[in-house]
Amino acid sequence: MTVPLFDYVLRLADNALVLGHRLSEWCGHGPVLEEDLALANMALDLIGQSRSLYDYAGEVGGRGHDEDALAYLRDVASYRNVLLVEQPNGDFACTMARQFFYSAFMHPYWQAMAASSDPALAAIAEKSVKEVAYHVRHTSEWAIRLGDGTEESHRRMQAAVDELWPYTGELFEADAIEAALIEAGIATDPRPLEGAWRATVANVLKTATLTLPATGWMQTGGRVGRHSEHLGHLLADLQYMQRAYPGAAW
Amino acid sequence: MTQTASEVDRANRAWDVAAQVLDPEIPVLTIADLGVLRGVQMVDGVVEVTITPTYSGCPAMAAIRLDLMAALDAAGLGEARIRMVLAPAWTTDWISAAGKAKLRAYGIAPPPRPAGKAALFSMDTVACPRCGSAETERLAEFGSTPCKALWRCTRCREPFDYFKCL
Repeated sequence: MTVPLFDYVLRLADNALVLGHRLSEWCGHGPVLEEDLALANMALDLIGQSRSLYDYAGEVGGRGHDEDALAYLRDVASYRNVLLVEQPNGDFACTMARQFFYSAFMHPYWQAMAASSDPALAAIAEKSVKEVAYHVRHTSEWAIRLGDGTEESHRRMQAAVDELWPYTGELFEADAIEAALIEAGIATDPRPLEGAWRATVANVLKTATLTLPATGWMQTGGRVGRHSEHLGHLLADLQYMQRAYPGAAW
Repeated sequence: MTQTASEVDRANRAWDVAAQVLDPEIPVLTIADLGVLRGVQMVDGVVEVTITPTYSGCPAMAAIRLDLMAALDAAGLGEARIRMVLAPAWTTDWISAAGKAKLRAYGIAPPPRPAGKAALFSMDTVACPRCGSAETERLAEFGSTPCKALWRCTRCREPFDYFKCL
């Protein structure tokens, strides 16, 4: 039997963990020291959010799963993150575009969730919204700097936006798992947030002298466990220690 | 639930001990100065200390937990546990006036004004903690810990940490 609240919280948690892990891959490889720190700090915010969410998922799941079991002992098909967050880092422009698209969505999403009828989720939202606000600002600045920079940085930023664009549609999906939770005021319906998200994105891209891609066919499937090949490689790295040495602790 | 005089005394002593625990990353501040320490109460004969994280991913929380348990144990306060709460969410407003003065003396510019929505999208004017000049500029949005950003004074030329207003 599935528990809708568990499945829902898991989606939020997996988004944060997978994206946090992606950002952590930059550690020691940032283009400049300040940016290395920024990427690690944003990773830390996201991994922190995922921990609170896994903790709560474990509580409502009723199967005795703790945060470690949920993060380290599920395989690809059990992960429920959107495809956007598992996409590889690519070049720095790609990482910034991915982070910007996600953060520009999560900011209004957490804002709305702060009024959730579920006190635990409202508390996590109230914390996360402030962190995500920084991520929006930071990635917007980079999108503008790169887009309105040199010919080369402009070309790369536009390529990143175009490549990741088909993964943005999944952010606004809501299915049967969420329907009852939205009805009960526990979850936020992401669909009405698309207008605000588009406005934020369009505004930044315009300032960055970049072209907003046409709305076309969108990728989907991550939220029900159908992932791109990239997630398996990511989890192999993320879960290595617990797979090799089950129960290892220090 | 009524508490015996000895329980009230134990809770009060536990608060005094907990309030002396230092933040591991900014060791001039106690967790009481920082507003991370939210309360101490007796629950079924156990000392329960409530703390809250500054940022979701604050890595200092694990160290604070350990330091708290060690301090309570060393003070002979008996069985104790730590409870973590997220709400109400921590903001820089939770830093006490004494805490802000200690930050400045340590070379970290404290958050300049009450936390608020506008704070996140407008650039702050930050006074240099060394010479007091307002002629400062931001070097990096993110600093040595999640709660700080890196700034520089253009008058005395010293770089300094700024405790982000949140």
